[in-house]
Amino acid sequence: MVARTILMIILALPYMAFSQKLVSRNGHIWFYSHTPIEDIEAHNRQVVSILEPATGDIAFNLLIRSFEFRKALMQEHFNENFMESDKYPKSTFEGKITNLDKIDFKKDGTYTAEVAGNLTIHNVTRPLKVTGTIEVRGNLVTARAKFIATPQEYNITIPAVVEKNIAKEIEVTVEMPYSSN
Amino acid sequence: MRLTGKILLHAILPLLFLPANAQDLDKMLEEAVGSATEYTMATFKSTRIINGHSIERTPASQLDFRISHRFGQLNTGAYNLWGLDQANIHFSLEYGITNWLMVGVGRGTYEKTYDGFAKFSLLRQSKGERNMPFSLSLLTCATYNTLKWNQEGSLKKWDRMSYVTQLLIARKFNEWFSLEINPTYVHRNLVATGNDPNDLFALGAGMRVKVSKRVALMAEYYYVTPRQHDYQGADTFDPLAIGVDIETGGHVFNIMLTNSLAMIEKGFIGETTGNIADGGIHLGFNILRVFTLK
Repeated sequence: MVARTILMIILALPYMAFSQKLVSRNGHIWFYSHTPIEDIEAHNRQVVSILEPATGDIAFNLLIRSFEFRKALMQEHFNENFMESDKYPKSTFEGKITNLDKIDFKKDGTYTAEVAGNLTIHNVTRPLKVTGTIEVRGNLVTARAKFIATPQEYNITIPAVVEKNIAKEIEVTVEMPYSSN
Repeated sequence: MRLTGKILLHAILPLLFLPANAQDLDKMLEEAVGSATEYTMATFKSTRIINGHSIERTPASQLDFRISHRFGQLNTGAYNLWGLDQANIHFSLEYGITNWLMVGVGRGTYEKTYDGFAKFSLLRQSKGERNMPFSLSLLTCATYNTLKWNQEGSLKKWDRMSYVTQLLIARKFNEWFSLEINPTYVHRNLVATGNDPNDLFALGAGMRVKVSKRVALMAEYYYVTPRQHDYQGADTFDPLAIGVDIETGGHVFNIMLTNSLAMIEKGFIGETTGNIADGGIHLGFNILRVFTLK
């Protein structure tokens, strides 16, 4: 009987270990560029991410082509000229929550999360530190963050003719709903 | 035996259902994005190559306002400032009803002609789940000539009509090079003389060579049959055009040299009278302004 119980626990272990992982398959990342001439925004609702509450590891992955603009021509320019999405189809982030001790994934509430890692856009990888929030509601965990990205830093050249239409600093907003698997 | 099987099952099962590590993000992304069909974009930069149509269509709710201009022939000399004194204009409004159907109406100086067209995007080049090596569009145009009738009798309305049907077949070979082939049928209801055929068959070819992010070299040529024909007593030639596409935010500029004066299919395919060898070349430009109506 005792042997049987031990065996059950051993069998359950892989599940317990894996259930630690939080997964998001339909995350939403959008960016916003404001200039006196034009406001531009684009939305990507197919962002995937894995968050490991035990270690604080957090990783994002998205396809550049999945960003949707209101103007089709703008979307074409974004892909063809600025992001070169044929050559560099993905953008990724890999990082760690640095204040993990302040976040209780088992207790409902909204926690401030500090994340540090590497963001890759247009094949350029740069360190990024972001302060966001993690909201725990039962089994649902939602991570939110906002940060500024500068096209120039990621080797994205904006031609002189549209220079005034595109902001030097682009505001990026992240909203990821996670569930355990 | 049964127990071993159970243990194995329980050890493997979690691996099947749950992402094991961050490398699985790629796989997750593929699943999230769904069918991984990637449609080729920007085979050509606009709905025209130079004079003629490209396979591109305006996406749904996009309105294009297009102004095209051809000067006179270079060989008209200094008196005409090598053609610059002459102005021949065509303007049009073109709209995407859906992502596969666009329509347009236009008016040109050339024979004071109104024109209308519909272009259907039938196949789109793609790779991934759905593999399609080329794009295919169908173009149908009708034109109505409103010149005053100075000859005897009267002209019936239908006599002023001409029709063009084109299959547009294109492939973007890589980021830098796109090629298009256009089998074309032109029908003119009334022609001036017995030497002007009512029906013309032509094979067009166009290409785009991208030289930088916003500049591309363009070329276009139509092989027209029957080979020997004239237009109102003047010899006709195969239309040839070379140009440069310059793209800014919401505009496309196209500057070209061509032996055709007309900017509608019926005109440049059937009625090109510029002899290149003799300096019968027109300088011209197209300007496209894009509006999104949604």
